[in-house]
Amino acid sequence: MADTHPAVEIRNLVKSYVRGGEVVPVLVDITLDIAAGEFVALMGPSGSGKSTLLNLIAGIDKPDAGSLHVDGVDITTLGEAELAAWRARHVGFIFQFYNLIPVLDAFENVELPLLLTHLRGAERREHVASALAMVGLSDRAEHYPSELSGGQQQRVAIARAIITDPSILVADEPTGDLDRKSAADVLKLMGRLNRELGKTIVMVTHDPHAAEAAGRVVQLEKGVLLSAAPAG
Amino acid sequence: MAILLHYGVRNLRTRKLTTVLTAGGMALVVFVFAAVLMLDAGLRAALVATGQYDNIVVTRRAAGTEIQSIVDREQAAIATSQPEIAIGASAGRLASREVVVLIALRQRNTGVPTNVGIRGLEPSGLALRPQVRVTAGRMFSPGAAEVVVGKSIAERFDDARMGGMLRFGGRTWAVVGVFDGGGSAFDSEIWADSDQLMQSFRRMAYSSVVARLADPQAYEALKTRLEGDPRLTLEVKRERVFYEEQSQTLSNFIRYLGITLSVIFSIGAMVGAMITMYTSVANRTAEIGTLRALGFRRTSILAAFLFEAVLIALVGCVAGLLLASVMQLVHVSTLNWDSFSEISFRFTLTPGIVLQAFIFAIAMGVIGGLLPALRAARLKIVDALRSG
Amino acid sequence: MYWLKLALRNALRHRLRTALTVLGLVVAILSFGLLQTIVDAWYAGANNASPNRLVTRNAVSLTFPMPLSYRDKIRAVPGVHAVATANWFGGIYIDKKNFFPQFAVDPAAYFGMYREYVVADDEWRAFLRDRKGVIVGRKLAQTYGFKIGDTVPLQGTIFPGVWQFNVRAIYEGAQPGTDTSQFFFHWDYLNETVRARYPGRANQVGVFVVEIDNPDQAAEVSGAIDATFRNSIAETLTETERSFQIGFVKQTEAIVIAIRIVSFVVIFIILAVMANTMAMTARERSAEYATLKALGFGPGVVVLLIFGESLAIAGVGCLLGVGLTFPVGDWFAARMGTLFPVFEVSGGTVALQFACAFAVGAIAAIFPSRRAATVRIVDGLRAIG
Repeated sequence: MADTHPAVEIRNLVKSYVRGGEVVPVLVDITLDIAAGEFVALMGPSGSGKSTLLNLIAGIDKPDAGSLHVDGVDITTLGEAELAAWRARHVGFIFQFYNLIPVLDAFENVELPLLLTHLRGAERREHVASALAMVGLSDRAEHYPSELSGGQQQRVAIARAIITDPSILVADEPTGDLDRKSAADVLKLMGRLNRELGKTIVMVTHDPHAAEAAGRVVQLEKGVLLSAAPAG
Repeated sequence: MAILLHYGVRNLRTRKLTTVLTAGGMALVVFVFAAVLMLDAGLRAALVATGQYDNIVVTRRAAGTEIQSIVDREQAAIATSQPEIAIGASAGRLASREVVVLIALRQRNTGVPTNVGIRGLEPSGLALRPQVRVTAGRMFSPGAAEVVVGKSIAERFDDARMGGMLRFGGRTWAVVGVFDGGGSAFDSEIWADSDQLMQSFRRMAYSSVVARLADPQAYEALKTRLEGDPRLTLEVKRERVFYEEQSQTLSNFIRYLGITLSVIFSIGAMVGAMITMYTSVANRTAEIGTLRALGFRRTSILAAFLFEAVLIALVGCVAGLLLASVMQLVHVSTLNWDSFSEISFRFTLTPGIVLQAFIFAIAMGVIGGLLPALRAARLKIVDALRSG
Repeated sequence: MYWLKLALRNALRHRLRTALTVLGLVVAILSFGLLQTIVDAWYAGANNASPNRLVTRNAVSLTFPMPLSYRDKIRAVPGVHAVATANWFGGIYIDKKNFFPQFAVDPAAYFGMYREYVVADDEWRAFLRDRKGVIVGRKLAQTYGFKIGDTVPLQGTIFPGVWQFNVRAIYEGAQPGTDTSQFFFHWDYLNETVRARYPGRANQVGVFVVEIDNPDQAAEVSGAIDATFRNSIAETLTETERSFQIGFVKQTEAIVIAIRIVSFVVIFIILAVMANTMAMTARERSAEYATLKALGFGPGVVVLLIFGESLAIAGVGCLLGVGLTFPVGDWFAARMGTLFPVFEVSGGTVALQFACAFAVGAIAAIFPSRRAATVRIVDGLRAIG
């Protein structure tokens, strides 16, 4: 509400896939604004295009038409290499299946995005330590993903997501693979990141509990926005 | 059961790259295995085709090859006058007193000097070898400095072409004909008149006597008489056996080296199959759990995976055999270590070799696939379903 | 460096798979090394030839002898320093498969020329005194357990009958690659026996070995020697010792070529196995590679990871394979006895082994890394194993 720039400005976004020779439309003329510091939940049935929309916002896919401004930059105009560099600085990822590197321990996983910066070893260690402290896993720093529970792995992933202080966090079904308690913990953590650190969060989810944690719910069906109303 | 076989085939088709690479490795091993056996079969076919069952070869005792053998005129005369020897069309004995020497000729392509066998025959010599036909020009005339050459020699040596001139024994000899030896060792020989050859090389003695038996069963009687006579230093063998023994050193070498190599290479291919099958099992753990939950027994799972491994091996086997069969177009010429002269032969594919290749491939598939298949069969249903 | 560490950890993820791949590589590199060494061993005779020595033989073929009287005429040819004679005996020691070369030579001239065969003085004198004496090489003595004082019977094939020889000396090779599998006895002993039994075959020589003053004159002197005997009963063909030895190899060239080809076939087999391993491995990690790219790492990182893993596995397999080549080679040479008198794994072979292993590791990584680098992030994230 405070910023004049919305964090995410989407105008007339179109995306289709080619599957088996046929062109399947996934997103049809999406126009949407997300303000800085908002916590948005994208919901809808399977095939509604919500994950695709998330991927576009995160810069890991390109739309067929339309514009997508994130923090003032139209990322549809960036080349591959520029987009990669942009993602490193501006986006934090939280995946349904955590996507941690199995051969790296928790510390090294969280450290990974910092390798793309110019920080030295000692500085990196400091940042990682504080990120792990924030998610409450300082004592598990040397554990490998296989030695951690689902909830713990997701929290490591969250630490990784915030380590470079990105403008926006994208989460694709973050609680999809977790039991009730772990899911609740993760959502509480994400809520804190949103309220206390002012992180803009865009989350795709099926889970009504998750939707409750968000500030606004955006519904999609068959590639079209149904409602963009703020929740509660 | 049929469903599981179908399941196996489908799985292989979905993972095309992996199947192709694994089968490819096996194909190469089968290729080496088959090619070695084909080489050996070709060598022995050439030498077996050389010998007639009802011919005998008389050489000096313990000589081994005609090059090393010396049979003087008296002993040759005794040998040719034996009663068991057949009478020819022209009322003479069907026996030929022969002399074999080696000359060095330069190969057409490489210019490398190679030992080629020259055989001096008597006129009956041609009748003793029914597989030989003169295909160009004519037979040499007795008493003339003329030779006929085997077709392999005509192809590989410039001087020995039809109409060419060869120089040896202090004389110049005209090549007046080319003969086809029917794929036998004779294809690699040059023939001339026995007396002319002996005169040129100033030899007093022959190398051997080749003769046809009127009754093939009379062999033992003739052999006992000639070898038992203390005045003579002769040895009698059936022509077929004589030539077979001449292939032994080379044949043993090819087979020994070849089989050893095939076995060692198969370790590599089996490793490949094991890796593929272990991965396959790991990727389909949930499927296996589902199948077991549905009621399929452990042995069915074992059989299904084993079958997949064997199927890959069979695909590889067919590919390897196809590649090996192309080798049949290749002519091999090399020094025969026993006779010290050149011999030409081809890679020969026989049904026996095809069968051996399939058995070898199936063994590779079973050995490579066994441990992974056992792992698949031993999975506990609950664990399997949970991991999906 | 970070990425190589990661690549190494990746290689150890699937212990069984990596172990099997390494096993396959070891077998392949080892086989390759042995086969190449067999080919080298084939050419060993040619490699041991001295540029100062020529070999004169009957122009018709090696199986025809020359008169002893040629010796003085050859010695008179300008450029010739010394002449020695040798006759191939071709006897059988107990069984046909116990093959080793046996020569009847004029010892003073022959050993004067072949200075790489080293004999102790007292043994040499004992050999000279005994007309049935024989000098055997160290490797030959080891293979059949010949000791000084033993009697060795040979069954003659070219010269029939059973011949008895007394081992009086054992010669060593001056260099590691020298052939010490040969058996030398007195030509005089051979000749006097032949003269008694087959008078017409006496005073004949198999080959003359000619030592020349200057290796550059080899072609001239060869020509001069042959010109001396043109149009005589036994025309000669003289060539360098190396050329003479190569002639033997060339006649069995088909087999040598086949062995060389087969040695590369095994490399292709392991390439298929390695390519398969890397393809499967990379496919299983699609989500990880996609995650790295999502985080902002360039495709180069993914390529480095895959190449690093592949080359690390190939490297380990190579080191083990090369290391095993030497002991296995020794074992093989011992089993072959005197068939391969010189069986040395050369530096060139080891270099080739490394090159092949590197090539296998690199080629196996090419397609998976290309695919992983170019696949779209969303597709990579979606793929499951």
